[in-house]
Amino acid sequence: MKKMLGIIAAFAIALSASPALSASHTMEKVKACFIYVGPIGDFGYSYQHDQGRLHLEEALGDKVETAYLESVPEGADAERAIERFARSGCNIIFTTSFGYMDATNKVAGKFPDVKFEHATGYKREHPNVSTYNSKFYEGRYIQGQIAAKMSKVGVAGYIASFPIPEVVMGINSFVLGAQSVNPDFKLKVVWANTWIDPGKEADAAKALIDQGADIITQHTDSTAPMQVATERGIKAFGQASDMIRFGPQTQLTAVVDDWGPYYVKRVSALLDGTWEQVDVWGGMKEGHVVMAPYTNMPDDVKALAEETEAKIKSGAFDPFTGPVKKQDGSDWLAEGEVADPGVLLGMNFYVAGVDDQLPQ
Amino acid sequence: MGMFEAILLTVFAAATPLLLAAIGELVTERSGVLNLGVEGMMIMGAVAGFAFAQITGNPYLGALGGMVAGALFSLLFAFLAITLVTNQVATGLALTILGLGLSGLWGEAFIGVPGVKLTPIVIPLLSDIPLIGRLFFAQDILFYVSIALVFAVSWFLFKTKAGLILRSVGDSHGSAHALGINVARVRYLAVMFGGACAGLGGAHLSLVYTTQWIENMTAGRGWIALALVVFASWRPLRILLGAYLFGAITILQLHIQALNLSDLEFLPAPIYGLMSVLKSIPSQFLSSLPYLATIVVLVLISRNRRLTLINTPAMLGQGFVPDR
Amino acid sequence: MRIEVSRRQMPSRAFAYLSPAIALALTMVLGAVVFMALGKSPTAALYSYFIEPLTETWSLHELLIKATPLILISVGLSVCYLSNNWNIGAEGQYLMGAVAGSAIPVLMPEFQSFITLPLMLLLAMAGGAAYAAIPAFLKTRFNTNEILTSLMLVYVAQLFVDWLVRGPWRNPQGFSFPGTITFNDYALLPEIFPASGRANFGILFALVAALLVWLMLRKTMKGFEIRVLGQNPRAGRFAGFSAAKMTFFAFLLSGALAGLAGIIEVAGAVQHLNEKLSAGYGFAAIIVVFLGRLNPAGAVVAGLVLALTYLGGEAAQISLQISDKSARVFQGMLLFLVLASDTLIHYRIRFVTSGAAAQEAN
Repeated sequence: MKKMLGIIAAFAIALSASPALSASHTMEKVKACFIYVGPIGDFGYSYQHDQGRLHLEEALGDKVETAYLESVPEGADAERAIERFARSGCNIIFTTSFGYMDATNKVAGKFPDVKFEHATGYKREHPNVSTYNSKFYEGRYIQGQIAAKMSKVGVAGYIASFPIPEVVMGINSFVLGAQSVNPDFKLKVVWANTWIDPGKEADAAKALIDQGADIITQHTDSTAPMQVATERGIKAFGQASDMIRFGPQTQLTAVVDDWGPYYVKRVSALLDGTWEQVDVWGGMKEGHVVMAPYTNMPDDVKALAEETEAKIKSGAFDPFTGPVKKQDGSDWLAEGEVADPGVLLGMNFYVAGVDDQLPQ
Repeated sequence: MGMFEAILLTVFAAATPLLLAAIGELVTERSGVLNLGVEGMMIMGAVAGFAFAQITGNPYLGALGGMVAGALFSLLFAFLAITLVTNQVATGLALTILGLGLSGLWGEAFIGVPGVKLTPIVIPLLSDIPLIGRLFFAQDILFYVSIALVFAVSWFLFKTKAGLILRSVGDSHGSAHALGINVARVRYLAVMFGGACAGLGGAHLSLVYTTQWIENMTAGRGWIALALVVFASWRPLRILLGAYLFGAITILQLHIQALNLSDLEFLPAPIYGLMSVLKSIPSQFLSSLPYLATIVVLVLISRNRRLTLINTPAMLGQGFVPDR
Repeated sequence: MRIEVSRRQMPSRAFAYLSPAIALALTMVLGAVVFMALGKSPTAALYSYFIEPLTETWSLHELLIKATPLILISVGLSVCYLSNNWNIGAEGQYLMGAVAGSAIPVLMPEFQSFITLPLMLLLAMAGGAAYAAIPAFLKTRFNTNEILTSLMLVYVAQLFVDWLVRGPWRNPQGFSFPGTITFNDYALLPEIFPASGRANFGILFALVAALLVWLMLRKTMKGFEIRVLGQNPRAGRFAGFSAAKMTFFAFLLSGALAGLAGIIEVAGAVQHLNEKLSAGYGFAAIIVVFLGRLNPAGAVVAGLVLALTYLGGEAAQISLQISDKSARVFQGMLLFLVLASDTLIHYRIRFVTSGAAAQEAN
């Protein structure tokens, strides 16, 4: 039967060059291509995307062929890199950084038969462009709860990269999680203005610790803050990947970006002929966000973390559930109200309890 | 440990790699050679330091490896710029491109591997002195080396015959040659010293500052080292000042961010006011201060022709070929 | 054995033509060795490096886009370096030009007319020139070393652009991401042959600039003045030329061209101003100047060659999985070999064995 369908599909293509039809036929093999903003050796953001690519190769075997370009600047070069991929026989192209948004959409318009998947963006100007992102903030909420339980002084330090919604969301979620345990919990934030610069991240961690924080978390990519926390004998959270090797006695858990399942799902859909434009914002439920093992904490804290994780996974709970006040004291979410995704994706304000002034 | 002491410790750590790379480049430039490849040599030192520490399990051998790698890598520049008299600016830039690429290739095996740390050497008794004890006498070897190098270079340049020869090559290679000095040999040695120091600075990054290897982990520190040499107007002791000033600005900026103004209300009004102003200035402006300061210093020293003549190597950036 | 270099009486014409060939041959040999060491077929690698990007029309368009800023900046810099003015801050002038030109579409988005784009180009040139005037002023007024001041100003410009696109100029609809609004159609540089690729009129500006500067250097009194002041400032002074005026002339010209390159990149390929505008063009252009031997015509060729190595590196990554790192190593190697081979034009190289040297000494 399946074979029969294949033959019919083949006929349909032979008869008509309509992209609508060709989009729904099955494929024997898919070439999946990836564009990274950093070197795959950053052991952070681009590294995790490349781990996703390797996972894809492993999962689908000889049904998939992959290629990647690393360190592609987000200026004029991006469009060329994407177009080169589109012309070199790639069936699906994952452009993994926000700065590729316009270039992805431009090239997609020129190659209607190629699928494009843009990470963290919001523009889908053509039917062959999907966007995908992960709700990392879900994991941050659990981190906040753990921090409030583990901190002796009730102050955590947060090394932030750039004041984009993604990062602001993480900070807010962390604070809400912490306050659910200890309403007086304070969070200090330092903006490192870099995604990856181990030296500067280490300096930021030291500054936060020197100013009284006894738990460190980060939204920058390197393992340097974890190592600083280890030296100073305090606890910390890993970022992007499981950093336990860099702090066996330090890491409480880590929010791991696991892009692999999504990549497998999308490429499989292309193989089956079921690929459709989507705007995916997946969290723990979808397997995009994975918590590294809960380590270096007492059992009751671990139990709390696991309970919250289960609630988020089942969809019973969202970290951004009212009542929540903004930093300036005004009301944001009423009792029981869940935040609108649109507001979150453009988030440019703090919730109450963040000890920082958001750079505007 | 008091807050003040803790901040200073952080400043020291941030300043040491800059100091190491800058003091080396200073000697190179004093001999009349402008090597813009500091970033490339530093990153080679960082990866080599990490690699040797991993292989041998000994971070001291790692540091040594970083130093040797920096020196060997600088030979490439020396051969082109000194022997083949290529343009120094272009050659230095090419060296940086090559260094960033080579280090990335070499380091592929070390991604995600925790490194071996160069632990502090605690000097008994001295390290117990309040305030300064921990700052100056419980540090890693590279810190001691960086400070010692500053004084050693200062002594070498201004108190020894060899130093005089090196400076004379930088000030007038023609006259130095006429006096029978082997200009090329002096410059080779100066470039290699610069490479060794930059390599050591890179090794500090991967063995002390953060014990790991990450591509491009120098993140522009080589360029800052170049600025420091000029900021110091080619005087070793001022490099010490410059590196620590630069480190202090970087660290204080982070501290100002983490500070809560409401915790500071006990401070006298002017200091409180200053803090609130500093907190409201965009970080980019604070970050550009060291560069603007360098320009101001340059203007100040070059306005005075006599001072300029004493300190600036007149032959900086110019190749030399003896007439035969 | 050691190597002895001595200056030729006259630059060798033979080597002027031979040296690129020598560099290319050496690159091929060394490159083949490197690629074999990496376990890749050397012929396939060299093919995807140097030939593959040239085999398709769209890719040729991309080559022109990549080469445009390199050519524009290096044409201006060659005037600087010929006249002994060491401007290495073109990166900053490029950025400030882009900022100045972007001011119109960002601050006055409703000003849409056929003069929008010309005004932007002029403003960008003025912006780049003004930023370049700072080191020129400091050099002529205070005798400050321009290599270092122009370099420092690069960092300042980078931080300034970063602040602008994250702060006051940020696109209000951009979800707080850094970057300005996308320019309106009147503020965009048109493409030359939109049917076959996205190369825009920027490349024509680059070629015209190269031609004009070449004519100026070859045929005018100004060109003579530039050379004299560059080669022998004392002689220049006796001839009545002002070194200070020349410094301003060279910096303003190169700053204006770098600024023009900046706005071409923004209004052409990128279409909005962001903090990742430059992939180091200002520094890469310095290498282009020397590859092009301080000659505007040479800069055109060298700019295309350097652009080709970027595209070729990408092609090799895709077709042979040669990593970006190897591509950069190869690029660095090529630059070294070209620089080294050019030594042959001005210098005689002899390999002296120690025995021969001892004899000579006697």
